[in-house]
Amino acid sequence: MTDLPEHREARTKGVGLAPSLTAQAEAIGVDIGGTEPDVPEGRRGRRKGLGIGAWLAIGWLVGLLTLALLAPVLPIADPTETFPAIARQGPTADHLLGGDALGRDVLARIIWGARSSFAVGFGAVALGLAVGGFLGLVTGFFRGRTDALLTPLMSLLLAIPQFVLALSLVTVLAAGEDVSSLRRIGVVILGLGIVSIPILGRITRANTLTWSQREFVTASKAMGAKSWRIMFREVLPNVVPAMLSIALLGVGVAIIAEGGLSVFGVGVQLPTPSWGNIIAEARGQLRQAPHIVLFTSLVLFLTVLSLNFLGDVISQRFEVREGQL
Amino acid sequence: MTTEPAGPPDQGPILEVEDLTTTFSSPRGKVRAVDGVSLSIERGRTLGLVGESGSGKSVLSRSIMGLLGSTAERTGRITFEGQELGDWGDDEYRSMWGTEMAMIFQDPMTALNPVMRIGRQITESLRFHLDMDASTAKETAVALLRSVRIPEPEKRFGTYPHEMSGGMRQRVVIAVALACGPKLLFADEPTTALDVTVQAQVLDLLDEQQRERYMAMVLVTHDLGVVAGRAHEIAVMYAGRIVETAPTRRLFADMKMPYTEALLSAIPRLSDPAHTRLLAIGGRPPDLVNPPQGCAFTPRCPYARERCHEERPELRAVEGDPSHLFACHYPVDSQETLEIKDQLAARKLLATTPPPEDHDGR
Repeated sequence: MTDLPEHREARTKGVGLAPSLTAQAEAIGVDIGGTEPDVPEGRRGRRKGLGIGAWLAIGWLVGLLTLALLAPVLPIADPTETFPAIARQGPTADHLLGGDALGRDVLARIIWGARSSFAVGFGAVALGLAVGGFLGLVTGFFRGRTDALLTPLMSLLLAIPQFVLALSLVTVLAAGEDVSSLRRIGVVILGLGIVSIPILGRITRANTLTWSQREFVTASKAMGAKSWRIMFREVLPNVVPAMLSIALLGVGVAIIAEGGLSVFGVGVQLPTPSWGNIIAEARGQLRQAPHIVLFTSLVLFLTVLSLNFLGDVISQRFEVREGQL
Repeated sequence: MTTEPAGPPDQGPILEVEDLTTTFSSPRGKVRAVDGVSLSIERGRTLGLVGESGSGKSVLSRSIMGLLGSTAERTGRITFEGQELGDWGDDEYRSMWGTEMAMIFQDPMTALNPVMRIGRQITESLRFHLDMDASTAKETAVALLRSVRIPEPEKRFGTYPHEMSGGMRQRVVIAVALACGPKLLFADEPTTALDVTVQAQVLDLLDEQQRERYMAMVLVTHDLGVVAGRAHEIAVMYAGRIVETAPTRRLFADMKMPYTEALLSAIPRLSDPAHTRLLAIGGRPPDLVNPPQGCAFTPRCPYARERCHEERPELRAVEGDPSHLFACHYPVDSQETLEIKDQLAARKLLATTPPPEDHDGR
């Protein structure tokens, strides 16, 4: 090769140009590191932030959960003790959120109520996720006869109005007068859990279907992996984000549904408080003592809002990750 | 006919397929995606399987690998290392997958699990098939990544697929397939989803690995150019059948089947002047639910005659060369076809030369 002066000039020009180009590319986040972009060690761990809203939601939920768990040791009143002086009274220095119709401390009842409400919400969804998620995964992955049998069954369950189904389940399961309040919570969890099985099952199945058709599933099979192993180790991790996102929404729905059951008298048994039965009990007092319903509803509202918001954040991040492929 | 002293003592072809037919059930009837295919391949050799989309080349390789699932029905004889595979199901095949035969998939974007670090995607099969402990598996995986030319393999071991480019991912896919040392490798359009500049690199890599490991390889592609310099033998498929097969050199020197000729002329040439019209094969592949009675290529064949519509040509050998088979009544160098070729050339010439001047002086 002859080294013409023009060539040399062009080359030196190129060298002079390169650093500024690189800087420019870096500034706008373009990777110009040759044909194979090099991912530096540090960048791998760093992900896009969740955003302030998500952190607020997480903070609210974690805070409330901590309060609920620590309720027995917190310096709050006994939720069943009555203080005649504060009956139907608004906030006072001793009782920050005032008292209910019987003079019980509303703050204490909300915090203790969070225990049952969260237990019902998370418990029901956990049950639905365990059973429905598993069935959805199996029917979506193996299809065939199990799918042909189970999926119509799920659709059938979905055809019955959800709340009516939950109501009848709980009523039947908790028949009899002297049901302990712990057992009652168990029954509510079971009832709402059964209702959520087909919902979570369908979502899981739909996602499993699409992921099972990806080539990496065939590739894994062609490398000799067993079906169950492929299902749990290859497909499940990809389906989890969708399951998680719908499950968070489900927790909110279950907490509210418990309130609905309370209105019919089959929610968490009084005097054990739950947000649902606090509101149900005080709904007759709206005119005289609106603060009971107001404060409880506010807490309930913020909790469900946080759960929904987090569910959205998860599903969005999940889509972004798929978009990168 | 291997003469290399380094070759393993096993003789004879590693894979023999006889009269393989694969059908799928569809609402319109049975689809014969692969129709009576026979082929054989020896250790250390590459078979190029060429054909356009829908010609059954992918189905053929997946059918041999037993990856089609219960919707497909397979008949015929498949013999791998002297052992007949018969109507094997997943359970029987599982002992072969990965260790005896493996497959490289077309699209590296979907062939890797997006939520699993690439290292683990390689070590999974190492630990499962070869009973390696975690650290040995990791060492082996890093060595594999290095052998497929991935820079800084130790670092890449812990990355996710989306952090790599398409070419790099395809290298990982190759590393995964090679992990357990398969004796037969199917490469199903391994470069179709890649950038042209990366295609050659990946093909060279496959070539090199195949030589080093003395594997048999089936290279599936729609591009005759890809297999031209790489395959020892080439089989051209059309409508689920092999229509011409020969050692690569023989095929290019003396192709018989009009379809092969059409495929070859569809490749643009550097020596063509700018703005030369690309030659396409007109029409579409036939409907495999109701395949035509005669030769399946007839509707698109410029040299087709009456006989082609009525009678399906069987594979026959070229005179004096039993390794070169083709299925055509009127191969491209037959008298009948040459006649038509001349006519076509004359017509083309007439169409492109301007009409002669009028002599009236008008």
